[in-house]
Amino acid sequence: MSRIDAWRAATETKMRSPKSWWRFAAPKEFFWLTGKLVPGFGWAAALLAVVGLYAAFFVAPSDFRQGEVYRVIYIHVPAAWMSMIIYLAMAFWGIVGLTLNTRVSFILAHALAPTGALWCFVALWTGALWGKPTWGTYWAWDARMTSQLLLMFLYLGYIALVHSIEDPRRADRAGAILAIVGSLNVPIIYFSVQWWNTLHQGASVSLTKAPSMATVMLVTMLIMTFAAWSYSIAVALARARTMVLLREAHTDWAQKAAAAMIAKREAE
Amino acid sequence: MIALFLAVLRREALLAWRSRADTLVALTFFVIVATLFPFGVGTDERLLRTVAPGILWVTALLAVLLTLPRLFEHDWRDGTLEQLLLSAEPAPVWLGAKLLAHWVTTAVPLAALAPLLALLYDVEPVVYGWLPVTLLLGTPMLTLIGAVGAALTLGLRASGLLLALLVLPLFVPVLIFGVDAVASARAGAPFAAQLALLAGGSLAATALAPWGCAAALRLAVE
Repeated sequence: MSRIDAWRAATETKMRSPKSWWRFAAPKEFFWLTGKLVPGFGWAAALLAVVGLYAAFFVAPSDFRQGEVYRVIYIHVPAAWMSMIIYLAMAFWGIVGLTLNTRVSFILAHALAPTGALWCFVALWTGALWGKPTWGTYWAWDARMTSQLLLMFLYLGYIALVHSIEDPRRADRAGAILAIVGSLNVPIIYFSVQWWNTLHQGASVSLTKAPSMATVMLVTMLIMTFAAWSYSIAVALARARTMVLLREAHTDWAQKAAAAMIAKREAE
Repeated sequence: MIALFLAVLRREALLAWRSRADTLVALTFFVIVATLFPFGVGTDERLLRTVAPGILWVTALLAVLLTLPRLFEHDWRDGTLEQLLLSAEPAPVWLGAKLLAHWVTTAVPLAALAPLLALLYDVEPVVYGWLPVTLLLGTPMLTLIGAVGAALTLGLRASGLLLALLVLPLFVPVLIFGVDAVASARAGAPFAAQLALLAGGSLAATALAPWGCAAALRLAVE
């Protein structure tokens, strides 16, 4: 038995033990746990977003150079952060899935992709809307914008690949390989685009030279970032729950869980 | 190990020679697309000289992309791929031979043809020399990354389109450094760094891509 097989066998045992945290890698336990987590993160996201947006619009002072338009930063920056972190999370779950043979890891990677692509789109869109009044253009071939656009293509490629493979086992693993290759390339893409950009145009649109942020702005940004995290976790887990039910449709517990969900919805 | 490498290399070279029309199609595509651009952007000599390295690089990149689907297609259909995967030697050995043969029969002719097409754009003498060099240094990375994409999409619906979607964003760094090396040579600026980055990228891809490719092929034949 190779070392990796031994490792997998150990994981299998841990997944079956009722005391170990690893048991949540088993689809049934995962479904139970996420049933508790999704509403929690959902409410946290809603609450934080309300507080954060209120602070963004009414508490935070206007910027002395950009005036009111800078307030888009409270959505733009968390969206850009989330889009990058989620791609890394997809690659992480892909690696976990490939090494430990845990099906739920692949499902998590799949479930994260649409949310990551959405954040990517939000970052690009708010960036364009911010760019017009401040730089006078919706789009500049700035290193960050271009990398963000390429990241969007990476997300679309992942989603397209996973959806065109019918066999779930191959879809899981092919998606994981692509996410790993993509995540290795993200820093290379960023570096190359920055190289290309600095040669072709001056760094006229650099954000790094902006004055340091006031504390109230920073706190607002942090609240919005936590809101984005909570939203992403809630939505990705909810999506993963549906996928787990679909994949496990042949099992007893999944059929019972699905029946319970339908009964609850009809009662409402 | 070396025997397997050489055997696969000889087989691939023979197959490429017997189906040389495939290579010619890629080369013709390269020529035709490169001649389309002046129709699109006009025949202003200064403009054409400026955009020539970029156009020829993008066109060569697309020609490489066009050859990728057939990298594993035939072997997969007739069962050769499955036999190769069952062999006792590690998959990167025969994959290395296969990819080397593919690169020599597709990318090297493209690089050789590039100066001829550069003639149409009336470029400076320095470009004739350095354009093929950058192509030779950069295309191994295209073939290697493309091979992972071709393995991932093997046997899927609309696999060619999907392959383009998967690998084109990953080709961007190669394109940037390739074009930038030629542009710097034109401008008389130093460009050793770009060449080193292209070569380094190709070496890194040579070390890593066959493993990803082998894993993806195993999924495809399961």
